[in-house]
Amino acid sequence: MKKILNDLSWKVAGRAGDGILNAGLIMFAKTCVRKGLHVFATAEYPSLIRGGHNHLDVRVRDDDVYAHTKHIDILVALNNESVTKHQDKVTEGGAIIYDGKTIQLDDLKKNVNYYDIPLEKIAEKSGGKIMKNTVAIGATFALLDSDLKELNKVIKDTFARKGEKVVDGNINAAKAGFDYLRENFGNEFKMKLENGKAESIFLSGHEAVAIGALKGGCKFFAGYPMTPATSVMHNLAKFEKTHNFVVKHTEDELAAINMAIGANYAGVRSMTATSGGGFCLMSEGLGLAIVTETPLVAVESQRPGPGTGMATHSGQGDLRFMLHASTDEGPRIVIAPKDVDDCFFRTIDAFNIAEKYQTPVIILTDKFLGESYITTSEFDTKKVKIDRGEFAKNPKEGEFNRYQITESGVSPRSVPSQEGGMHVASSYEHDEHGFEREEEDNRIAMHDKRFRKFENMKKELPPPKLEGSKDADVTIIAWGSTYGCVKEAERLLSKDGIKSNHLHIVFASPLHDKEIAEVIKSAKNVVIVENNKTGQLAGIIREQTGLEIKNKILKYDGRAFFPEEIYEKIKGIV
Amino acid sequence: MSVKMSDLTSKELPTWCGGCGDFNILFTMKAALEELGIPRKDTVLVSGIGCGSKLPHFVKTYGFEGLHGRILPVATGIKLGNNKLTVIGVGGDGDAYGIGGNHYFHILRRNVDLTYVVQNNAVYGLTKGQTSPTSEQGFRSPSTPSGVLEEPVNPISSAIINGATYVARGFAYDVHHLKKLIIDGIRHKGFSIIDVFQPCVTYNKINTIQWYKDHIYKLEESGHDPNDRKKALEKAEEWNSKIPIGLFYKTKKPTYEDGLSQVVREPLAKQDISNVDISKILEKLR
Repeated sequence: MKKILNDLSWKVAGRAGDGILNAGLIMFAKTCVRKGLHVFATAEYPSLIRGGHNHLDVRVRDDDVYAHTKHIDILVALNNESVTKHQDKVTEGGAIIYDGKTIQLDDLKKNVNYYDIPLEKIAEKSGGKIMKNTVAIGATFALLDSDLKELNKVIKDTFARKGEKVVDGNINAAKAGFDYLRENFGNEFKMKLENGKAESIFLSGHEAVAIGALKGGCKFFAGYPMTPATSVMHNLAKFEKTHNFVVKHTEDELAAINMAIGANYAGVRSMTATSGGGFCLMSEGLGLAIVTETPLVAVESQRPGPGTGMATHSGQGDLRFMLHASTDEGPRIVIAPKDVDDCFFRTIDAFNIAEKYQTPVIILTDKFLGESYITTSEFDTKKVKIDRGEFAKNPKEGEFNRYQITESGVSPRSVPSQEGGMHVASSYEHDEHGFEREEEDNRIAMHDKRFRKFENMKKELPPPKLEGSKDADVTIIAWGSTYGCVKEAERLLSKDGIKSNHLHIVFASPLHDKEIAEVIKSAKNVVIVENNKTGQLAGIIREQTGLEIKNKILKYDGRAFFPEEIYEKIKGIV
Repeated sequence: MSVKMSDLTSKELPTWCGGCGDFNILFTMKAALEELGIPRKDTVLVSGIGCGSKLPHFVKTYGFEGLHGRILPVATGIKLGNNKLTVIGVGGDGDAYGIGGNHYFHILRRNVDLTYVVQNNAVYGLTKGQTSPTSEQGFRSPSTPSGVLEEPVNPISSAIINGATYVARGFAYDVHHLKKLIIDGIRHKGFSIIDVFQPCVTYNKINTIQWYKDHIYKLEESGHDPNDRKKALEKAEEWNSKIPIGLFYKTKKPTYEDGLSQVVREPLAKQDISNVDISKILEKLR
């Protein structure tokens, strides 16, 4: 039998608190990364500390991997629910690893191999019940005709801090699981894992945002915990002592955004992060940054709403909110990164743009992008440039106008401690010096000045690029986190001989309406893919281009798309 | 470098009502800054929204007139961004104890080295006379025509209980006394709150200039020991016939910034960000 090489969807499922997310991520996924393979990992978990159903999907491939899949090749089931919930998704000839001592199986599926392994008993012998995950991971590598070389190294690296006993226990547990499977089941499984040649880093979207912020010169973060944005704060807090970074966990989101604005005013690149609910409170601060022309970077990581919604799940329902948050009208940049590379590089861009245009930049992520892990090439930091924008040079008191009307709309700014640059930054409409003014002419001049910046940004920011062949049967338009799922769907379409191309929107504000209109007009079929109920981007495109996209693939169950879902719907359309 | 009163005076003219206590607070603030001699470029006045919050427009230092209720977060952000600056918050009682109440509560335990001058006139002036968090029970106003049902907040006892390290109350019509409180507050290392009785001549017909003059007495003249926390709390409770002004409580504690080794050597704003080394972080992701 010829085995399928290096193309695997692995899932571990169990109760919250079983440690499966860490075990799966740190031990299984990381080991595959060290084996030189491309890896994607994403978890679903409820908003609970213990109990409830947790599961982690790890996809492993020889070449590029962009997203998870609906199907599962190997399921590690740690309780009954894990079997009943997921066994229908297991592929023909696939595997379910479970512990017959703790799980009663009655409704067995045909064409699926069940591997009853006494995970708990083996774990107890090796060093403790908690290591049952490690036993299952050891068994997985046996099933895949692989070895434990990299896994043992990963265990040593991960648990070194916890002492020799924990390291040895886990190494023994993995070996016992590996041996048990070999001895009792042989190696008839349809798949095989061999070492590949990739040299990657493996990280989540929010880790990339945090590292991007650090590289982008951010020194101060103020935030209030809110899933799924909290991981931005946690990751930045790790840099406090190593990189002289300050994280302030504030009393609420009002304080968070106002503190970040204060620090930016003092000349420090500063940032905040929250989810939709927290951004409701931050809307006032967004307006403050716009009117005082203070640079600001804010991450909004979407989760389903309204209200508290579904804290630990994903969606793209806040796009319009970000475009319109705060009173009246004011320029803001909304960047929706498409992958971890974007999370890193666009975050650096965000700090440059915020200072260059002296206005807020929103980085719009979601739970799926922020908390999913993926391999990528190490970021080329040589490409990074820090552009702090225009500062007043030797301003003279009495002559210096902080809000000078300029053609570009940008007025050179001063920061406290700079001689001659004294001024008042006011949240009221103000004149060129900063004094409160309500006269009609002044209002128009100031409002126009702020909007001129927006026009210039649009010219500077790169328009979306059409990926794929020009003569495609179908053009897929999407934005933000759905990028990888669309790429995987395209892979499935091409297997069926359907030619597709893909226009992915990263800059939602300002929107490159002309470029988007051209693509729509010249396409055979246009489909828009969005993780919300009403097709918000489709609405915005219609508003700005007059073009309607009739085919909408929308999902709003709180989960990211499976590539298969996009693929099937497109097949139905083309 | 000396700082002169005339240099501190902006060309912008105040728009307050004649007789408003804010004129005196403005004068006192400038007099305090003159005496302290801190370079104007290193001073930031942060305000919110309200009559008194317009004050930064009239003083030639750096100024930030933010949103209603958000003086303390902006001031904290500025201070943590550049801890070499002298940052002074100034705003009304609604800003401090109403809409910004949560921030007040937390700055007290945080002990950031800021000074907060609250222009407390026990009424909302700019929105035309509604009740404020410090209005007396029964105060009749357009929003409470039958009288306020709540008791007024006590910013002084709240401050002492929640960890403030410099707690004082001044009176806008005793500028010499107020000036010393402000100067000492700015010199104090840590958070200092100076609640200032500031009669509103237009909307508060109860707490008038004369009413304050009839009720207040000075702690400094009564033998009060500001190091005695228990006594300070007792004094903070005094209200009806005799109301104390002056320094209630003072203590030494490490500031928030003292706990940040990141800013001890150099303020964040002055640190080099042109090429931050992230190679070790990326290495760990392999």
